[in-house]
Amino acid sequence: MARQVGVVCTSHVPAIGKAIARGLQQEPYWKPFFDGYHAVRGWLEKVRPDVVVLIYNDHGLNFFLDKLPTFALGAASQYRNADEGWGLPTIAPFPGDPRLSWHLIESLIEQEFDVTTCQEMLVDHAFAVPMQLLWPSGPPWPVRTVPVCINTVQHPLPSAHRCLGLGRALGRAIQAYDEDVNVLVLGTGGLSHQLDGERAGFINKEFDLLCLEKLIGEPEALTRYSNLELVELAGTQGIEILMWIAARATLSSSVAQVYRNYHIPISNTASGVLVMEPRHARSRAA
Amino acid sequence: MGTVVFDGVEAQKGYALNKMCYSFNRAENRARFLADEEAYCAEFGLTPQQREAVRRRDVLALIRAGGNVYYLAKLAGIFGLDVQDIGAQQTGMTLDAFKAKLIQAGG
Repeated sequence: MARQVGVVCTSHVPAIGKAIARGLQQEPYWKPFFDGYHAVRGWLEKVRPDVVVLIYNDHGLNFFLDKLPTFALGAASQYRNADEGWGLPTIAPFPGDPRLSWHLIESLIEQEFDVTTCQEMLVDHAFAVPMQLLWPSGPPWPVRTVPVCINTVQHPLPSAHRCLGLGRALGRAIQAYDEDVNVLVLGTGGLSHQLDGERAGFINKEFDLLCLEKLIGEPEALTRYSNLELVELAGTQGIEILMWIAARATLSSSVAQVYRNYHIPISNTASGVLVMEPRHARSRAA
Repeated sequence: MGTVVFDGVEAQKGYALNKMCYSFNRAENRARFLADEEAYCAEFGLTPQQREAVRRRDVLALIRAGGNVYYLAKLAGIFGLDVQDIGAQQTGMTLDAFKAKLIQAGG
């Protein structure tokens, strides 16, 4: 049976991809951010995932407003990255895992999460940048991938409560998968930031730190916020905390924090990375 | 609070503008826009308000005309502007002052 080795949540700011392309990891602006990923990679080498279920939001590469699913799941044998229009270099395709994709689709729909299925799906920086951060030597990528896309473009967005539910359903589906594989769930986005309007540049450190605490011990507490409240507290794009909530919820209640880093700013964003694993895995390792 | 929530009303209002910006995922469309901006905007049926906002490269006006920042970023990219440039423009700050404000947010 499949084992979920843990959850990683990370920011996915496009500027990170540009910095990687230019080799700026040791520059003073970037170093405190990139140094935060050494420990994450050390943990990945220990838990050795075979496949990544990657929960992210598309920013107008694969989906447009003509047809905009609330939840979409990739079911392709590979996922291409492509030109997003503003100069981020395109990186090599990511291998898919159609058998796991269809298992997740069947299980989610049985659990009444009626996802849109995509046999062709372009993946944008929100997918590619976190993959580069976790596996900087890729491509070739050492893991297969299943993209799970949540709409954060056009309101109404799914609520934090609904995203928590999606995560729980995904976690149950992963647990029930009959292949002997190690699964990592990766949630991307955030933390607080706002790109648009007179409030552009808004960052809320206090709220980010609260979210990081609650995600570990009490993720349900974050479902008390409406999406409008999340926009006010975290910024219009800080709403991407929804991906972190969904990813965290794939692990049942008790998790241990393996590692976290939080750094302001990367571009217009408060950046973060958080690694969690099931408590039983932690006690076994100890 | 200096924030437009991009909902169904905005998505309808901004559809033509956002659709044009979405087309800028392709390099050949960016080149066509640069070669003949008027014709390219006309092709997508931009409203006069949207057309004027594009002409002025005015991000706040583009948002008022229904633009969503994810799509507008592709238009800004054509002019070599990133999200920090447009952040500075929208807040009426210099780029350096905008960047300094972000660093200060780290406390």
